[in-house]
Amino acid sequence: MSEFAQTEFVQTPSQTVGPFYGFALPYEGGPELVNTAHPAAIRLHGRVIDGAGVGLQDALVEIWQPDENGQISRELGAHEPDGYTFTGFGRAATTRAGDFTFTTVKPGSVGGGAPYVLITVFARGLLHHLFTRAYFVDVSALEALAETDAVVKSVPADRRSTLVAVADGPTSYRFDVRLQGEGETVFLDFDA
Amino acid sequence: MAAISSEAQAARQDGGQPELHPRRGYAPYRSSVLRHPTHALVKADPEEIERTSPAFGHTDVDSYESDLTIQHSGEPLGERIIVTGKVLDGEGRPVRNQLMEIWQANSSGRYVHKRDQHPAPLDPNFTGVGRVITGDDGSYQLTTIKPGPYPWKNHLNAWRPAHIHFSLFGTAFTQRLITQMYFPGDPLFALDPIYQSIVDPAARERLVSSYDHDVTKPEWATGYRWNIVLTGPKSTWMEQDDDHE
Repeated sequence: MSEFAQTEFVQTPSQTVGPFYGFALPYEGGPELVNTAHPAAIRLHGRVIDGAGVGLQDALVEIWQPDENGQISRELGAHEPDGYTFTGFGRAATTRAGDFTFTTVKPGSVGGGAPYVLITVFARGLLHHLFTRAYFVDVSALEALAETDAVVKSVPADRRSTLVAVADGPTSYRFDVRLQGEGETVFLDFDA
Repeated sequence: MAAISSEAQAARQDGGQPELHPRRGYAPYRSSVLRHPTHALVKADPEEIERTSPAFGHTDVDSYESDLTIQHSGEPLGERIIVTGKVLDGEGRPVRNQLMEIWQANSSGRYVHKRDQHPAPLDPNFTGVGRVITGDDGSYQLTTIKPGPYPWKNHLNAWRPAHIHFSLFGTAFTQRLITQMYFPGDPLFALDPIYQSIVDPAARERLVSSYDHDVTKPEWATGYRWNIVLTGPKSTWMEQDDDHE
């Protein structure tokens, strides 16, 4: 095509999702990767928090993960979940308080690596979305994990705990996303 | 904004890399001030889960969802437009059979959203939400209504240039992109901190569609063309690596 005559394919810039995505992007069943009755169902929840400690009421959180056996789903239908097929993708809008909740399974290890859920955050005021990982390991195991996991290793020791989904119930894990300030979440750049 | 722009221009003239994306902290866009990370992002190699993407197909999306003008019983108000183009990766290969979601204001600049309080009319025949799966050649086509500009409270007399929001999935989850497509010649560009947060003029120009008379249909709709490039995680790195080392 003439626009690409220079045969240079430069990335299209990102822009904020804005405050009004709410009538377009959330969909029924988006936060439920599995049914709550699934024997391995867990709750993965948290709050998206700004630099003043306030929850974001206009953030959108997406997750992408393997199933409990470490299998990556290739099933179609992530936008029309049937309640049975695990597609590995979920989308949740935050509440007025900035909270999000997914019903999913604990991710299994892919290829022997540490199990984690990939988390993407969009929001009004975020000009470019943010990627992070919620590792399903105990905080006390982080030092050992840093030996084997390149990402954890490259993060300063005092910030590593922001990458852990913390058990706050028998089948519940909490992962807060702090965009700025004390305890700022470690965000990842895959373009470098 | 002018000061940031000239500082960015100077950095570029001193041999700096073009800034392909908006600055995450861009003070003229007030909402970004408390919402951007202050630590540098941690560079990571994508692992297998990040090199794959959720699978979408024609079973997920009905073909009529690409026409935003037929979702209600009557014709929506405003200028009917066709928006078409291709989604490509960093090597120019088509991004096939991937999901694209769009949303937008109506021709009066009003969103169907309860927090949008702009006193412009809602259009009973226009919701402003569409979806499409890209074709084998990476192409997409949408029929919709040209959105209107609308005011917001970022600063006194702030108005957003007309735009359509695009949400895209590539073949790797790290290609995930949400962006906005603008219309050529908009007088609000120079005044809009969201558009200007992309400080490189060539980079922000990539968000502006072009009028295409071949896409325009007689007695029916004007046509716009806009291509989107989703690069793989490694393609830009290799270019920069060559330049620097």
